[in-house]
Amino acid sequence: MDSLKDQICVVGIGETPYWRLKEPDGTNLSIQLKACEAAIAEAGLKNKDIDCILPIEGVAHAEEIAVNLGIPDLRYQATVRIAAAAPGAHIMVGGMAIHAGICNYALIPLGWYGFSGAIRVRKVLAANPMVFSGGPTARDFYYPQGMNVPPQWFSFMARYHMNKYGTTREQLGAVAVAFRKHAQLNPHALMYGKPMTMADYLGCRMISDPYSLYDCSLECDGAGALVVTTVERARDLKQKPVYLMGFGQGQPFPADDLSNRADFLEMGVTKAAPRAFAMAGITHKDIDFAQLYDAFSFQVIEQIEEMGFCKRGEGGPFVEGGRIEIGGELPINTHGGLMSEGHVMGINHLIEAVRQLRGEAGDHQVKDAEIGLVTGFGDFMDGSVVILRK
Amino acid sequence: MAEQKAYTKPLPFIDGATGEFYEFCKKHELRFQRCTKCGTWRHVPRDMCAECGSWDWEWAKSSGRGKLFTWTVVTRAMHPEFTEEVPYAVCLVELEEGPRLVSRVVDVPPQDLRYQMPVQVIFDAVTPEVTLPRFRRISG
Repeated sequence: MDSLKDQICVVGIGETPYWRLKEPDGTNLSIQLKACEAAIAEAGLKNKDIDCILPIEGVAHAEEIAVNLGIPDLRYQATVRIAAAAPGAHIMVGGMAIHAGICNYALIPLGWYGFSGAIRVRKVLAANPMVFSGGPTARDFYYPQGMNVPPQWFSFMARYHMNKYGTTREQLGAVAVAFRKHAQLNPHALMYGKPMTMADYLGCRMISDPYSLYDCSLECDGAGALVVTTVERARDLKQKPVYLMGFGQGQPFPADDLSNRADFLEMGVTKAAPRAFAMAGITHKDIDFAQLYDAFSFQVIEQIEEMGFCKRGEGGPFVEGGRIEIGGELPINTHGGLMSEGHVMGINHLIEAVRQLRGEAGDHQVKDAEIGLVTGFGDFMDGSVVILRK
Repeated sequence: MAEQKAYTKPLPFIDGATGEFYEFCKKHELRFQRCTKCGTWRHVPRDMCAECGSWDWEWAKSSGRGKLFTWTVVTRAMHPEFTEEVPYAVCLVELEEGPRLVSRVVDVPPQDLRYQMPVQVIFDAVTPEVTLPRFRRISG
């Protein structure tokens, strides 16, 4: 069968600054439009060249993006309903549509006023306790018991792993400290100029033990966008193309209930990673860096294990000793990640991967980076894995 | 008698099979769906058995005994209605029959919780309409 491997390129990236504003200075739509304009211009295209828009669920519709950008003939649009695992999936869906001749240039926007906007957790939950995802399972079986938000859900897995395999808070801290270190090399990061030591990490107040504030990602206001097209079209555009090598998507079972999985540590990426590696025709050793969806510290360790970079139970020691830092064996979240650059639902992970593969990552450049892996996860751990090359 | 403060925490929707689950809790019975074809227990309520595809099931009575599978200690309530309770531990209990329930262990302070600690279901009538399953420690 005809594979999409090496057929599709990312040709444009754009992003707004990442802020923590007192009040929103726009809407979830307008902040995404700014990133879209930047990505289209960076690619050397005009707004009208875009004929496919793939927005994430909940923050904008393709129609309103198209009308603002002046795209009168949108040939295709879709939204993959796997929450923040979607941007990776949208490269694949856009790529499939382009490869099938349905459309030519796909725009993948994502962004929000995640800090200053209505998302501020306590305020929003007071007005509408059902605002967080989880569906009827969470509403009927988690919420009444006082389990209401993601740091509570996902610290369940962290505690389980600590009990079962002896994973320590210092190992969770190694993840947080590594990403903060990377953010010191990235002026775009919210935590640029704010270094953090292990002692700082261990002294931080708890949110949902074993998760402290520093185990959690950083709510922020910001947006990013990507433009995707064929290899042939990419040749005529402004930027060095970055090629899609592999993709996989997956969901744990059951996807809608994180409490009753036969394998409690199973994630979407558990299933998605082998598919992505198979499509790319490479192995873990070929990966020069990884941008892993770091909503919470332990989920980075969990993804490393679930994708097979080490055995289950060995992820704690794996992240120690600088292995996941720039210069280490597998640099992870070279921009600072959601935990230290900002929580832009992972579009920033894809943008950083493209910069690394173009060799444009400045002080946080991984030397000789040729192949990178990017994950996304959303809801109760739906997952996507994208492998890109230069 | 002191005036009862209105219960303002989130409640389950008492509807369909989920409603039936909570109606049994009101009668102090912990019951889960069990496939009458292949015998597989399940929670949360589903139409079909994921093991064998059967639509036939019954409400089978659980012993109510289980072990603490994992937990998280909430020290900052993200939901305003739980602010006065912090710190509190949300627990995941694995019942003898297999299903796991998100709940609370009511008689053990968070710092004394232990992995695999044996627990037994009790019932907490939080409103006249809704009774939530909770757990207490047992020896074993």
